[in-house]
Amino acid sequence: MSDGTATFGVMTTPVDPSPPGSPGTQGTQEQPPHDPSAALSVRGLWKRFGQKIAVSGVNLDVPAGSFYGLVGPNGAGKTTMLSMATGLLRPDFGTSWVHGVDLWARPDEAKATLGVLPDGVRLFDRLTGRQLLTYAGMLRGMDRATVVDRTNDLLQAFDLVADAETFVVDYSAGMTKKIALGSAMIHAPRTLVLDEPFEAVDPVSAANIRDILKSYVAGGGTVIVSSHVMDLVQRMCDHVAVMAAGQVLAAGTVDEVRGEQSLEDRFVDLVGGRQHSEGLSWLRGS
Amino acid sequence: MVARFLTLKLTLMGNTFRRSVWQTIGMIVAVLYALGTVGMLVAAMVFVGVAGDPAWAAVAITLGGVLTVVGWWLIPIFAFGVDATLDPHRFSTFAIPRRTLLAGLAVAGLVSVPGIATVLLALGVSFAWVLEPGVLLVSLAGAVLGIATCVLGSRALTTLLAPVLESRRYREVVTIVALVLVVMIGPFVGWLANGVQISVGPEATDGGGAASTGTQLLPLFEQVASVAGWTPFGAAWSLGGAAHAGDWAGLAGRLAVALATIGLAWLVWDRALARSLERPPVGDGSGGKAKGLGPFGRVPFSPTWAVAARTATYWLRDPRYSGSIAIIPLLPVIMYFAGQSTGSFFMLLATGPFVGWILGFSISNDIGYDNTAFALHVSSGVDGRADRWGRAIPMLAMGPLVSAATVVASVWVADSWHLTMPLLGLAIGALLVSTGVSCAVSARLVYPVAKPGESPLKSPQGAAMATFVSQGIGFAITLGLSLPVFAVGITAIALGSVLWGALTVVVGALYGGLILVLAVRFGARVYDKRLPELLQQVQSFP
Repeated sequence: MSDGTATFGVMTTPVDPSPPGSPGTQGTQEQPPHDPSAALSVRGLWKRFGQKIAVSGVNLDVPAGSFYGLVGPNGAGKTTMLSMATGLLRPDFGTSWVHGVDLWARPDEAKATLGVLPDGVRLFDRLTGRQLLTYAGMLRGMDRATVVDRTNDLLQAFDLVADAETFVVDYSAGMTKKIALGSAMIHAPRTLVLDEPFEAVDPVSAANIRDILKSYVAGGGTVIVSSHVMDLVQRMCDHVAVMAAGQVLAAGTVDEVRGEQSLEDRFVDLVGGRQHSEGLSWLRGS
Repeated sequence: MVARFLTLKLTLMGNTFRRSVWQTIGMIVAVLYALGTVGMLVAAMVFVGVAGDPAWAAVAITLGGVLTVVGWWLIPIFAFGVDATLDPHRFSTFAIPRRTLLAGLAVAGLVSVPGIATVLLALGVSFAWVLEPGVLLVSLAGAVLGIATCVLGSRALTTLLAPVLESRRYREVVTIVALVLVVMIGPFVGWLANGVQISVGPEATDGGGAASTGTQLLPLFEQVASVAGWTPFGAAWSLGGAAHAGDWAGLAGRLAVALATIGLAWLVWDRALARSLERPPVGDGSGGKAKGLGPFGRVPFSPTWAVAARTATYWLRDPRYSGSIAIIPLLPVIMYFAGQSTGSFFMLLATGPFVGWILGFSISNDIGYDNTAFALHVSSGVDGRADRWGRAIPMLAMGPLVSAATVVASVWVADSWHLTMPLLGLAIGALLVSTGVSCAVSARLVYPVAKPGESPLKSPQGAAMATFVSQGIGFAITLGLSLPVFAVGITAIALGSVLWGALTVVVGALYGGLILVLAVRFGARVYDKRLPELLQQVQSFP
């Protein structure tokens, strides 16, 4: 059945033969101690699928109260890293501390303070939107009154009131993303980990979601988002980490990482792969 | 252009060989099986035509042809999603004239194992007339027309019905209807054979023996074939027979019917394709609705009951589950017919315990059915006890009622009321034990099944071995653990004592309950230990 080589998200890029800090040595390196005050502190995460090393020795600290962006090209290992950091995928090595709680040692305690929006998984889509939110709340062990209140609030906030009684299987891609986001937030977690939350979401809903997330951060919550869209990350996040080929190439506040450049230019510098050519000479509209 | 479609289809077929060894082996087995069947049928037909009476061959070819056409036309409607590799919508961005597209798709439609088998069979059986070259030629032409009828009719129907076929509601209804039909084929054939035997029986005993049953039936088949030869389904296939009989007017008439069918199918397909390419199907926007919280509003608010309410909702709303519910009332009917031929009610009476067992067994791959939606349980940190009991509760609420109703119905029909108690005890015991074993096994063995939204009739490629092993293990454990209940139940039936009957019920409930509690506890421990691995397993499904 499962032999580990199977696809999980998109991280099947082979490791660059000469990344900064060779992957051969990093696993055995001494890790700096984890930061107990951080919302999420990841040390020495490794994951291999068959021949492909998806994540090779990632250390990352996400300060509490930050709006943290995780950027990287397709296949950089973002999804794998976030899955391991949030308890969805068991790492080969390393672990993750959520507000000082070792997630892989005490998963129940750590997961209670986490809200996770995984990328590329199905939902229980034979439920209506309202039922799905209720289900997510009940699974967290919340009481009836709170679940009912928050379900209504979330439907309102995500503009899904009119579709509350529609089965999720009949939702559009953007609506599905929104209802999944709602199920990740219903238990009021201290930290939200969102993998590609804006994919397929229309601009108005995206702006609403951004407002919700900003006020959540202002209220002391921590948000970690992964995205391809540099511009969005630069405008929305105060911290950013750049991942490529299973490693973190740079991390810190947005200003630290980008320096004098725009985040996009810095990203291209770090990751490489930009082609400076005349483009396709025959492709001209005439 | 047509050649290019052919190449494309052949390339696609070739690539499936490269994907995995097991798929290649499966494909080779399918090809060998098809070739074997075709070879046997052709040989039989040629033998009948040359050595026997060619009129028989005409009847057989016509009737077989009708079945083939019906199969080509109807199967794609029920088994949706069978072959979408050459979906016309994929070509809509290329500027291909519609006529060319149609011709290309039609020819490419034949390039598949069933397509090639149909061609070989249709052409091969024409050689039943190898002794009459003129008739052979007519028959070969008829075979070509028949193949065209198959392909064009099938494409016309699916394209015409595409807007309906693509709606989820319709698919769900069709799925359940198809499941019921598939299950009923056996008993129906049995009933038919019985009926024929009875109607032919008295005369057959006069004539003496089975050989005369065939001759008795021949006029009936001849009659059916002569009618079917004038329908769009059989016209093309009966051309050879008409030529053999020297019925030239009939030949011309049937040829007209066959050509008209093909022309009409082409026209319908052309129109339907034009319509669907100009207005590609989009979701109808309305979607299914359900008021309020449903079962979620009626249970205590806790993770266990959340899982129970969700499971109950899925039992009713997901065709992969509701299909199996729809089958359960049919089981006694099937058993009734199966037992009728032997004249004993044993099969019928065994239905009650069997239903109990199969109900419990039906949740033995629940996480496989969840597919990656299971990620919600993982990220929420649902503990094993809540997950396991939650999935068992709807079964424990519904199972005993259904099993008891089946037992009562079966003893009523068999008029064996004295067996009610032991059978009830066996059914309850089987239900509880198999539910418990399912809860334990499903935390350890997960195998690929039809994904949410897919037809339950479709089983994922390359999963046969895993399915077989997992189900075999679950079955063996259930059987082993059920032995004490069986022992008491069989003793009760053998002795016919009321006391032992009551004892079976008590043992079934208490012992079954004990096994259930222990198995769920074991399953919960395994679940807690393997939570991320379970998710990874369902994510790795093809």
